[in-house]
Order: sequence, then C-alpha cells, then structure tokens
Amino acid sequence: MSDATSTPRRSDDYEQSLDESEASVAAFESHDLNWLDRVQHFLHRNPTMVPVIVLVASIAVFGFLAGTRFFSPFNLSLILQQVSIIGVLAAAQSLVILTAGIDLSVGANMVLMSVIMGQLSVTVGLPTPIAIAVGLIGGMAAGGLNGFLVTRVKLPPFIVTLGTWNIFFALNLWLSGAQSIRSQTLDEQAPLLKLFGRSVAFGGAQITYGSILMVLVFAVLWYMLNRTAWGRHVYAVGDDKEAAELSGIRTNHTLMSVYMLAGLVCAIGAWASIGRVGSVSPQSFQEANLQSITAVVIGGISLFGGRGSIVGPLIGALIVGVFNSGLRLVGVDVLWQVFAIGWLTILAVAIDQWIRKLSS
Amino acid sequence: MKHKTLTTALLSAAAFGLMSGLASAQDIGACLVTKTDINPFFVKMKEGATAKAEELGIELATYAGKVDGDHETQVQAIETCIASGAKGILVTASDTKAIVPVVKKARDAGLLVIALDTPLEPIDAADATFATDNFKAGELIGQWAAATLGDEAANAKIAMLDLSPSAPSVGVLRDQGFLKGFGVELGDPKLIGDEDDPRVVGHDVTSGNEEGGRKAMENLLQRDPEINVVYTINEPAAAGAYEALKSFGKTDGVIIVSVDGGCPGVENVKEGVIGATSQQYPLLMAAKGIEAIKAWADSGAKPENTPGLDFFDTGVNLVTDQPVDGVSSISVADGLDRCWG
Repeated sequence: MSDATSTPRRSDDYEQSLDESEASVAAFESHDLNWLDRVQHFLHRNPTMVPVIVLVASIAVFGFLAGTRFFSPFNLSLILQQVSIIGVLAAAQSLVILTAGIDLSVGANMVLMSVIMGQLSVTVGLPTPIAIAVGLIGGMAAGGLNGFLVTRVKLPPFIVTLGTWNIFFALNLWLSGAQSIRSQTLDEQAPLLKLFGRSVAFGGAQITYGSILMVLVFAVLWYMLNRTAWGRHVYAVGDDKEAAELSGIRTNHTLMSVYMLAGLVCAIGAWASIGRVGSVSPQSFQEANLQSITAVVIGGISLFGGRGSIVGPLIGALIVGVFNSGLRLVGVDVLWQVFAIGWLTILAVAIDQWIRKLSS
Repeated sequence: MKHKTLTTALLSAAAFGLMSGLASAQDIGACLVTKTDINPFFVKMKEGATAKAEELGIELATYAGKVDGDHETQVQAIETCIASGAKGILVTASDTKAIVPVVKKARDAGLLVIALDTPLEPIDAADATFATDNFKAGELIGQWAAATLGDEAANAKIAMLDLSPSAPSVGVLRDQGFLKGFGVELGDPKLIGDEDDPRVVGHDVTSGNEEGGRKAMENLLQRDPEINVVYTINEPAAAGAYEALKSFGKTDGVIIVSVDGGCPGVENVKEGVIGATSQQYPLLMAAKGIEAIKAWADSGAKPENTPGLDFFDTGVNLVTDQPVDGVSSISVADGLDRCWG
C-alpha cells in the first residue's frame, strides 16, 4: 500500500513498516461489550445478585401495590416466620445440590424426625432433651444412609433419595399411626419441643426463635463453605468430581459428610417445625422437598453443582415468601400464587443457564 | 413420573401377592379401596370393614393410594379385585369422575360397587353411596356458630379455611353448608368464594393439616385482624388455626368450628380450642358396606338410599358442650365415645 512517488523510502529503513502497527502494550483481546454482555459477566461473577435483585424488586413492587400492610414490621416478620422451615430445608438441599446431587428425602426426613422426637418424649416418656438428641442423630443417620448408597453402592442421588423419601414416609406413618400429637399434650409433657415457636417482640415485629434459627443455620453453613478446606472440597467435588479426586480430595468422604450434614440440618428443621406447627403433625410438609428445591433454584444455586452461594437459597425462600404474602395482600387467588411461583422457578433456571454460557 | 410408576409397580406387586394368598380361602370376597393409608379417617374405615368382614366370614382385601389423588393405583386395585372374583368393592375414589369407567367394568362383571364417603360423579355410577351428608355437617356448625353469637352474628368476621385449590366436592359441600347454616346468602352452591356477604373475610387453603391451617389463618388475619368466626375443613386445620390465633394473641372471643369428629379433634372441643365439630362415622360406613356386599352375595339385594337423598346417609352429629337452642347436638363425652382415629 505504499506510495513510492510521494514518500520515497530508503531501503535500509527497516523500522518504517512498524509506524502503522499497534503501539500499545500486549493485551488480551478486548470484547466490545454491549450492556447485556456486561450484565451477563457481572452475574457470572456474582451469582447471588440475581435473587437479590429479584427480592428487592418484588419487595418494592408489592410494597407499592399493598402499601403499609405489606411493609408493616409485623407482616415482614410473619413472612420470615412462614419461610423458616422451608428455609432450613433449603439449606440442607443446597449442600447436596452443590455436589451436583439432589435430595428428594429432605422433607420426609424432617417429618420423620419430628415424629421420633414427639413419640419418644410423649408416648415413650423419655426426657425431652434425650428425645431431641435421638432425633438429631437419627436425621444424621438418615442422611448417612443416602450418602452410603450414593458413594458406596454408586447409585444416582435422584434414585437413592427417591427411595428413601418413600421409606422415611412409610416409617413416619408407622411410628405416628398417622396421628398428630396435640399442641396441649406437648405443652404438658414436652414444652421444649415447641421452643422454636416462641418469639421475641421487636417493635411491631414478632421474631420467632425458628426464624433466628434459620438465619443461624445459613450463617454457620456459609462459614463452613467459604472459610474451611471442607467447604472448598464441596465446591470442587460438585464442579468436577474427577478433577477433585485427581487433586487429592477424598471425594467420597466429602460426599458422605455432605449427606450426613444435610440430614442433621433436616433434623434441626424437625425440631423447629414442631414449634412452628404447634403440634407433631405427620401429615404436614408433604411438599416440603419440592419447595426446598424451588428455593434453592430461585436462589441461584446451579443444579449442575459447584456454583452458587449458600446465601442464595435463603434469599430464594424469602422471595417465595414475599411473593405469596404480596399476592395474597393484593387479593390474588391461591391458584395464581402457585402459578407465579412456577414461572419464577423456570425463569431462575433460564437465567442460570444463560449465565453458565460464559463458562463453557 | 418415574416416582409414580415405581410406586404403582411396587403396590401392584404387593397386591398380587396378597390376592394369590387369599384366592382359595372363602366363598365371599370383598375389596376396600381407600384414598390413602395416611389419613386416620381411612385407617378407621379399614378397621370397621375388617372387623365386620371377620364377623360375617367375608374375605377382605384392602388397597390404598399412596397420596390423596393417586388415581392409577385405585384403578389397578379395582382391576385386581375383579380378577380375584370378589363379590363387591367399597371405594373412596380419589378422582370421582375418572374412576367411573373401571367401576362400570366391575359392575358389568357382576360386582356390587359402593362408594364410601365420597360420591362418584355421577353419583349413580356406583350401585350405592354410603356417606356423611357433608352439606349438613357444614350447616350444623354454621347454625351453631350463628346461634352462639346471637345478635352479633350480623357483625361477624368470618374466615373460611378450606382444603385445597382444586376444591374437591367434600370441601365445597362443607364450606357452602357452613355459610348457609350461618345465614350467608350463597352464590352458586357448587362454587367456593362467590358469595357477596361482607362478613366473609376470605377463603384460604390448608391441605387439611396443622401446618396449612396455621398458615391460612395467619394469611386471613393479615387481611382482617378482627376475625371472630373461623370455619375449618377438618380438625387438624382447626388446631393449626388456633396456633396462629395464639401467636397473634387473639384466642379470646374467636369461635372455631370444624368437621370430622376424630378423637384428637373432640379432645380439642373438650378443651375449648374448637367450639363445635360435626362428627362423622367412617367405621359405620365401612361396616354397612360390608353388610351390603354380604346381602348382595346371598340374595342379590341392593342397598337403598336414605329417603329424600340420593345416597345412604351414615349420619352426622354436632359435638359440643355448649349446646344452643334449635340445633341438636351431643355432648363431648358422647363424642369421645364414638370418635375415630
């Protein structure tokens, strides 16, 4: 492209050709990002931001539509109270989903353990603290059974927990005779079981011990997942089990500990659920396993494992609570509340898939 | 879907094992197909049927769906029952319309089919229906609540705690019966929630358990904290509603009424948690059903309906220790003698 006549060139001016070339320091190829790409990158770095944005937006919208009734401290604390049990189960569910598994038995495990705690302290007459301890250990053992079948017998988590869901459910009916233990009976014989139903008044709000427990469970799990080697192992196993194994992680040990911990968290939820429901009710929470998965998914934890923050499901559970409360206060029929949560779930997974495109 | 198939397979395997064990035992066979084995109501029904069958020398096979709404398992149970050569079937259908074709198959094969507790749609798809008059059960507690409030009934704030969003007929009948008994003008009596009366604060669903009852009560109290009359679909839901009222500090001056008459429920009437409950008699339904199958097998006679109704009414009693004029009731002590579960 040189023009010989206007700019005569000396043949030994070797560097002349460089004049036209890029003078900047070597750099990675820079994308010209449009706003959508920027959003995608931002969310990829901060997966919890999606649920946070949805939560803030839905609070704003319902606050606008329903006004002070929605924003009253009492209503906000009621939402917290209503999501507390599903929230605790979602915490357990998250642990398993982070390892790219799924636990369909969380709800059945929880109800079974609440029945065990109730029957041991009321029907058998054991001291309540012992009954609770047996329940907590039982929950861990139930989770351990899932873990054993997944890691040793090498069955897929979906099938294993599908099986144990039915098994725990049948045991629950057998032990309880399908009968509730009444609130008044618990007050007389085992008031400790209803501990998490008590509350502290705080302004107009009524914060139950169960709500506080839920937040505590998430705080402890956050610490374990983000500040301990065990936590890094959980993420590594979920992201790529083989790679984790090759880098020296004892993946089966990690998986086993995850299932047992999830089982323990379910049993903690069992204790809290007795306080929330007021009685030991073998028929309650039959859809709790699916609701916990909904909270986890809306909370931005990837069903493919290894990605997402444990804070997400807490926010996911709150989103479901805010939606239900808001729609109700606006006067929307139950049917359409269910409908809305359904779409929200699908939307959440769609966003997750879109964000994941970056990493592939 | 896998879940359902797996369950069904397991249940049919179990059913097959059971049937083959029975085949040669006795002449008259009967089957009881209930919605679930979870609900104490059906557990009691099974007890009633089993006891009566033993007494009359009838070989009884029992089946249940896994959850309420498990239609597939019920169809397979009826098919198994036809194949076993039984003389009759007692069924509480999960899907009252979809069960009709297989019921017809059974009747064509010469079996007597009796719907227990839940009428089929149409009701004459079965040879007979032995059930509680659920509308009347609701009406009784409605009348009782209105009479208890007296003149204040005109200013009542009513919460309606129903069963599920799918509004099965038993839920509709009790709901509408209660409103009529209370003196609320109904819209379409087949529809929940279409009345205009401002005294009705709202309807919410409970799944018929404590957890749902509590949540639904909280929701309606959020809508109107002045609620003073609470209708509940059953007693576990009532217990949950009471917990919610307690946490709102509003148990005084609120009347809770319910339907069922299970033992824990009647205990709650005794302790004042529930004001009054309409008691039904599942054990009687099942026992009468077995007797009818025996009569059919012996003489070919079909059971007859209660005069004025298109089913056989197995009765309902209002249980309360605070009787009111004009509404007949039985005492809590009597209720406890006759309670189920």
